[in-house]
Amino acid sequence: MNNHDRPLSPHLSIYRWPVTMATSILHRATGVAMAVGFIVLVGWLFDAASGPDVYAGFIGLMDTTIGCVLLVGWSYAFFFHLANGIRHLVWDTGRGFEKEQASRSAWFVLVLSIVLTAAFWGVAS
Amino acid sequence: MSLRSPLGRVLGLGTAKDGTSHFWGQRVSGIALAILGLWFAWSAATMPGFGYTESVAFIGEPINALLLLLLSVTMAYHSYLGVQVVIEDYVHGHGLKIASLLLSRFAHLFLAAAAVFAILKLGISA
Repeated sequence: MNNHDRPLSPHLSIYRWPVTMATSILHRATGVAMAVGFIVLVGWLFDAASGPDVYAGFIGLMDTTIGCVLLVGWSYAFFFHLANGIRHLVWDTGRGFEKEQASRSAWFVLVLSIVLTAAFWGVAS
Repeated sequence: MSLRSPLGRVLGLGTAKDGTSHFWGQRVSGIALAILGLWFAWSAATMPGFGYTESVAFIGEPINALLLLLLSVTMAYHSYLGVQVVIEDYVHGHGLKIASLLLSRFAHLFLAAAAVFAILKLGISA
């Protein structure tokens, strides 16, 4: 039996990335990023409790280019994970699983998370 | 060949009636974090600054201390559940998997305890 020409299961190297795949991977990536960011949040609390000298060291670390890039990244991770998490909660009720619906909500969440991140830094600065 | 009964082999090995607790724990803590996280994001954005006095004053405010306690503990729990799934998915060796899960659990407990201690210290002395 000749089955050389048959399509294989979705193969990553020839498969067009659906946007839903990107949001799925981003959800996990932003979650892991925030698990690391949690260390910094606790560091802020603990160093504030440890006195002005220790706290100055913490601010010194954060008030660098890398520190600022990380903070912007963590704020984006939070807003994306929040928006996409609510998308998951809607899915948990059995709604929104049609292909077009899922793609539309994926784009919505991607745009919304960028808008929220921009709004956050707009209010902050 | 094992002389143990089929029942004896599986007792204590896993789920009986608690198979959905991980799922539910993740959802419920996620909903809590949506609220607490938005509160914290708003507070951080509108804070007068992140200098030592501003930060200590913010954390020491009773309502902030209370919400920060809830945020830290819930976040540690939610993060532990999430990292657990990631480890189970990507770490394959049995021993390494157990070690990673143990390390993750200890790290999350450590962070939660550190946060609680710091918030209480600032909240009570303020």
